Amino acid sequence: MATYVENYGQRTTGRAGDAQPDRVTMRLLIIEDDRDAADYLVKAFREVGHVADAAHDGEDGLAHALDGQYDVLIVDRMLPKLDGLTVIGTLRGKGIETPALILSALGQVDDRVKGLRAGGDDYLPKPYSFSELLARVEVLARRRGGRQEETELRVGNLHLDRLSHMVRRGDEEITLQPREFRLLEYLMKHAGQVVTRTMLLENVWDYHFDPQTNVIDVHISRLRSKIDKGFSQPLLHTIRGTGYMIRDGAR
Amino acid sequence: MTALGKLFRTTTFKLTLVYLTVFALFAAFLLGYFAFNTRRLITEQITDTVNAEITGLSEQYRQGGIRRLVIAVDERARRPGSSLYLVTTFSGEALAGNVTALQPGTLDNPGWIETTYRRLDEAKEKEKIHPDHHALVRVFQLPGGFRLLVGRDLEERERLYHIVTAAGRWSVAIVIVLGLAGGLFVTRRVLRRVDAMTETSRSIMAGDLGERLPVAGTGDELDRLAVNLNLMLERIEALMHGLKQVSDNIAHDLKTPLTRLRNRTEQALRTASSEAEYRAALEGTIEESDGLIRTFNALLMIARAESGQARDDMIEFDAAEIANDIGELYEPLADQKGITLKVEAQTAAPVKGNRELVSQALANLVDNAIKYAVLGEKTEGAAAPLIVVQAANDGDRVLLSVADNGPGIPESERLRVLERFVRLEQSRLQPGSGLGLSLAAAVARLHGGELTLADNNPGLKSIIALPRGGPVQIAG
Repeated sequence: MATYVENYGQRTTGRAGDAQPDRVTMRLLIIEDDRDAADYLVKAFREVGHVADAAHDGEDGLAHALDGQYDVLIVDRMLPKLDGLTVIGTLRGKGIETPALILSALGQVDDRVKGLRAGGDDYLPKPYSFSELLARVEVLARRRGGRQEETELRVGNLHLDRLSHMVRRGDEEITLQPREFRLLEYLMKHAGQVVTRTMLLENVWDYHFDPQTNVIDVHISRLRSKIDKGFSQPLLHTIRGTGYMIRDGAR
Repeated sequence: MTALGKLFRTTTFKLTLVYLTVFALFAAFLLGYFAFNTRRLITEQITDTVNAEITGLSEQYRQGGIRRLVIAVDERARRPGSSLYLVTTFSGEALAGNVTALQPGTLDNPGWIETTYRRLDEAKEKEKIHPDHHALVRVFQLPGGFRLLVGRDLEERERLYHIVTAAGRWSVAIVIVLGLAGGLFVTRRVLRRVDAMTETSRSIMAGDLGERLPVAGTGDELDRLAVNLNLMLERIEALMHGLKQVSDNIAHDLKTPLTRLRNRTEQALRTASSEAEYRAALEGTIEESDGLIRTFNALLMIARAESGQARDDMIEFDAAEIANDIGELYEPLADQKGITLKVEAQTAAPVKGNRELVSQALANLVDNAIKYAVLGEKTEGAAAPLIVVQAANDGDRVLLSVADNGPGIPESERLRVLERFVRLEQSRLQPGSGLGLSLAAAVARLHGGELTLADNNPGLKSIIALPRGGPVQIAG
């Protein structure tokens, strides 16, 4: 976890040959009472090409969220006037389904469960890294795009059939272990988007703890040796300091 | 609150009052019953005697007429302790007998009547001194217009009745006085002990955790209470001691990386001249702070497990499934390091607990084993590194174990490594917070189990023993 903003989260410094995520401009609302943190987030999101507004208390945030058209809400758990969970609950009660990511200093399992139960779509404990937040917000925004659950996923000449559990690259059939299949499935579902190691651990393994050693990297390199080995065009890219992304580099 | 007020308010004293009331009422009832029956018995004796006399005297009259009756009455009346007699004509003129000054109208109706009278022999001289006596008499109409009155003095009956009622009053009074005194005595004794306990707990609250409540050694309920409270105090003291040690350790293990962080930043400000150098310094800073966050999270997790908060989300799950999942998660990493990782978990091992925490605890053990197994390889003549993750049923327990064939931990060190932040010298260079085993131990304790470290000959076997749960439905 050395480099945070080298490639990802900073548009200007992509090195030649590095994979860049497909980025669509998002409109974000940040509801965070710590003005410094909010300002930092607004600036950081603008730097990567998104549009971000900030609100500093629950009531203000709720008013903004009701008025504006946002792709994703970033909501602090503890806010003055109206706490984060109430804000999200109120929005959901009014039928507003804008994806919401909860930021919380409380951390730990039960707090996350409470957050998600209250209508949040994702949860990130403080302190977080911006690249992690960015990756999660972009995945949430994409989910809003409302793509149907496709039965077949395609990236370049890599095919994954979710019903028959068949994976092919070109004409060659690839045999994957069940977990490798789920790993690839998750990556392909978010093709063109960066997914972090914690996102993989949460969504593929359903663990919410820090495994200390980077076990995910080894799983990825196994998967990579199965899908990319022997092909001139690699599909599975490492985004330094952040995570991984699958995309068709030839496009 | 006055001392006396305090005394009256105690439970013991209130109980004393209740018992006292019950006993006093009982005593009063008993004596009242006794008095009533005594009185009735005496009355019966009197009526029997009088009836017998009347039968005798009317027999005399029947045989010898009024003359014989008068003689018989005179003779009987002179006997000591005699009954009361009076024979009159139909107009009320006394013919014989030993009584006078009867209540007016006594002779008018035949039958039983209670009346006042005076003996004939004391009537004249001591009129003023002697009050009227009471008697129970029977008036009998003789054939020929004469009337016969026979009766017995009631003094005896009244005296006995008075004795009994007086005894009753006294005994109730004594019961009350003794009871109150006893109650006060017991209450004061109890109160004194409670006061001593209060006093001690005050000084404990004031900060002297080493103090203990006094135990009288009588084995009564207050003693048992004091003994239990003392056990609790011991536990609290041990916890406080642990907490102090933890905060010392935290201070050490968080301050060290914080110092490095600060030094690095300071040095960059002082010496860096190119963007690349600044970048390197900033990257180092982020790396340090990630390490800090990781340590901090692990500490919070342990605190959470130890405080028992995590008990809220306990569910039934299969420990064998967890062993398989964690084995699968770490297998590629082990493989990459040249370690064989095997999972032995075929049969379901039901556990009720926090699945996430148990998974993390097992993951920590596997993570440790991987670090140590690699170290083992470096020692001469070692076998190929092997880690076995196992889930097994053992009576009413479920054992989740991780065994490696690395260098192991010397027996003398095993207890120490369970403490927070302890890392053995040889592993200092490995990454990690040194909290892995502590967390595993805390998780085991949270579930009412324990973490033990055993010899694997060679290597280490870490075992999390958890209480076995009910049967688990294994999902497809």
